Amino acid sequence: MYDPVIGELVEELGRFPGVGPKSAQRIAYWVLDADAEEIEQLAKVLVEVKRRVKFCKVCGNVADDDLCRICRDENRDPTMICVVEESKDVIAIERTREFAGRYHVLGGAISPIDGIGPDDLRIHELLPRLADGQVREVIIATDPNLEGEATATYLTRLLADFDLEVTRPASGLPVGGDLEYADEVTLGRAMAARRSSAGKAGVE
Amino acid sequence: MPSYNDEGVVLRTHKLGEADRIVTILTRGNGRVRAVVKGVRRVGSRFGASCEPLSHIDVQLYEGRNLDRMTQAVIRRSYGTELAGDYPDWTAAIALAEVAERLTPVEREANLQQYLLLIGALRAICDDRRDANLVLDAFVLRSMAVAGWSASFHDCARCGAAGPWRSFQLASGGSVCDACRQYGATTPRPQTVALLGALLSGDWDEATTAGPQVRSEASGLVAAFLQWHSERGLRSWPLVERAGSV
Repeated sequence: MYDPVIGELVEELGRFPGVGPKSAQRIAYWVLDADAEEIEQLAKVLVEVKRRVKFCKVCGNVADDDLCRICRDENRDPTMICVVEESKDVIAIERTREFAGRYHVLGGAISPIDGIGPDDLRIHELLPRLADGQVREVIIATDPNLEGEATATYLTRLLADFDLEVTRPASGLPVGGDLEYADEVTLGRAMAARRSSAGKAGVE
Repeated sequence: MPSYNDEGVVLRTHKLGEADRIVTILTRGNGRVRAVVKGVRRVGSRFGASCEPLSHIDVQLYEGRNLDRMTQAVIRRSYGTELAGDYPDWTAAIALAEVAERLTPVEREANLQQYLLLIGALRAICDDRRDANLVLDAFVLRSMAVAGWSASFHDCARCGAAGPWRSFQLASGGSVCDACRQYGATTPRPQTVALLGALLSGDWDEATTAGPQVRSEASGLVAAFLQWHSERGLRSWPLVERAGSV
């Protein structure tokens, strides 16, 4: 259907996540129409990012050096560690600007049906970070799905012997949603974790 | 039937694209079906927890060429949420789901017995607080019996000679007499064979009296029995947390 060189480009682009054959074709024709310098710059960045980016030796986040930007930052609060599944979750939490501590990236969640157990994650790398007693709180921010919850349960049990507070982010209703469409589990958790509404008379 | 209603238990999920999932559901009336759930991974999805593994749901599906599409789901009971706080029980329940998927190889082929066995096993763990590992072993033995691989733990599995017999042979389907014993047969403890028989027949009074070593040996035989007949092991089985495994 395509000339071989274009066909190869469409096939390679089609391997990107979320890119189907139609999208791959559209991107391929955009590449053909674009300036040569623009495409050379894109290719250079792709090669460079693959060559330079590695994983932080301390937290497992993506980094361009031995330590990531957050682990290098001395202004971050060393008494709090937020445990997340993926590096993408670090970005999501950083966007909130509500957390000033450090992170620990597990590299996934426990999923027995996929053959992923605790030993396949960066759980054992977390324990030495807690050994010096500087960390006072570990926030387990795994995904609020079944694997994430079970991973949190496993970690909570593992950390029970350490003298620190283990917390989970609150779980409940999404902002902008309608209450009637919330499922029982989400609504149940939101009700169970309700908090006092400041400024209302009669509420503690 | 372009769209149909059913009830079922979510066995597993796979990510699809940016925000979708493919869910595998063991339904009451239509057997094992796979369906796409659009946008379920978004925070504001109306499907929410209904598509999590081990959720018992009422579901409306729209029949597709390859995969169905889930259009509505209401949770009857979220076994997964109940069990996620107990790691050993959760690992056993996930193994139940994998066994149920393995033993229903044909999609859209109604299998009411497997469905009822799965619901019964989940209730036995959540409501009756039975030992999840014993429930898992019992579920495997009974599901295999439903699938056509019933084991014999008393009479000889080959010639039917009245037992009990000491030898156990996977390929023959359980206990074998001295005449039928072949190379590769094992000789488990008599208490282990008794436990396996109790698990198959649902004699919980007998089953719960078994000690840890007997339970461990029985689990090993159950796993080997399943692997022999289904021709591959379960990925979740080695990750099931059993007493003394931590």
